[in-house]
Amino acid sequence: MTLSRALSLPLRTLSLLLALAGGCATTEDRDPRDPLEPMNRAIYRFNEVADEWVAVPVASAYRNVLHEQIRSRIRNFFANLGDLWIGVNDVLQGKFFDGFEDGMRFVFNSTFGLFGLHDVASDMGIEKRDEDFGQTLGRWGVGDGPYLILPILSSSTLRDTVGWGVDIFVGDPVGEFRPIALRNSAYALRLVNRRADLLDASKILEQAALDKYVFQRDAYLQRRRNQIYDGNPPREPREPREPDEPPEKEPAKAPAPPPAEDQPAKPR
Amino acid sequence: MKTIISVVLSGLLASFLASAQAQEVPPDVLVKNVTTEVVELITKDKEIRSGNRAKLIQVIEARVLPHFNFSSMTALAVGQNWSKATPEQKKRLVEEFKTLLVRTYASALAAYSEQRFDYRPLRARPTDTDVIVNVRVIQSGAQPVPIDYSMEKTAAGWKVYDVMVGGVSLVANYRTEFNATVREAGIEGLIRNLQVKNRSLAAPPPAEKK
Repeated sequence: MTLSRALSLPLRTLSLLLALAGGCATTEDRDPRDPLEPMNRAIYRFNEVADEWVAVPVASAYRNVLHEQIRSRIRNFFANLGDLWIGVNDVLQGKFFDGFEDGMRFVFNSTFGLFGLHDVASDMGIEKRDEDFGQTLGRWGVGDGPYLILPILSSSTLRDTVGWGVDIFVGDPVGEFRPIALRNSAYALRLVNRRADLLDASKILEQAALDKYVFQRDAYLQRRRNQIYDGNPPREPREPREPDEPPEKEPAKAPAPPPAEDQPAKPR
Repeated sequence: MKTIISVVLSGLLASFLASAQAQEVPPDVLVKNVTTEVVELITKDKEIRSGNRAKLIQVIEARVLPHFNFSSMTALAVGQNWSKATPEQKKRLVEEFKTLLVRTYASALAAYSEQRFDYRPLRARPTDTDVIVNVRVIQSGAQPVPIDYSMEKTAAGWKVYDVMVGGVSLVANYRTEFNATVREAGIEGLIRNLQVKNRSLAAPPPAEKK
């Protein structure tokens, strides 16, 4: 629960990742947002196997056994606990009214909604928000940093990994559950429920993508950007609309390489 | 996350509606009509409900496709390499990309389960020829997921040229992939990859002709 503990895990993980990645950098053209692609792809492959053999079977069984009614209660319960931390993040981003609303959601849902099992606040017109510490950091001006694939957790960036560490170790009420066995069961239940919710989406990803890794990465980065700006990111320069004109003149990707890539990749 | 799906699906839905009618229909109304119509259709049709993918694809082709401008979409997704393609290659690219999107849409629609749609008022001037229509998918215990249709006015009515789901632009998302493929294997390589992908999708899942 202490902050230092919260931060040390992601940082340690990160330095390990960077050390690993240094060894396999090549000069071939690579997306500047994803300097660690070879390492990321390796972890991604591992995750795919774990997902296929463990997570998907468990989540499918869970979905088949529990009726959507019950699953949505479980979803609501954890979502309600999350609203407190969402409120804190809204306040940290200077959105005081939003933070107040998140607090009201928690109050209504915890009482009238029977410990959060029912999302009565949404029915009352107080919509759920989506905030986390990674978004707060982004709002404060912290850049994405290199894109990362975390073991099991999959898509992230350096900034979002740090943010996630803070979310889990500081902002997650489930971490306070005691005894430990109850806490761990709650973690597991939340994870399985989440994966079950994503079953359809992951099937669609499978269908849509030529290269799942790339598709997922771009979707993740686009989505995070959108979240940080609460759905209104500054507009990108518009491209000409005529199909037979070259739609864009600028080179594929121009932005400055992320800080982690200071030293040029070692040729080999 | 099911919302993503429903989002995508509502995208296809959006393009519903007879095209003759489409010319006079303002873009936001068009999206609403098509979405409502398709959702109703797929929730009522027993065969589609029980997983008849071929029939679902027929529905999409008949009702949704007319409202998409696939050559615009393909051009935007291919990006700066579009100008390097011959007219014949462009035609094949559009064809393959269309097939891929229709199949993806079909899976998204198949996963639809009773989400509600919230149609946002259109923020545009009557003279605008390029607008974004906002729809939100509402689900309890989760933030509403926005679906934004980028639409342009053409001689044949309003056409969708990009769909953004939760802030993720479909066209922009494909662009990185397509760029990388063209760099490695050229335009022909990209067409081949799309063909291979489409063939693999046509084969395994439930009975499907074509």
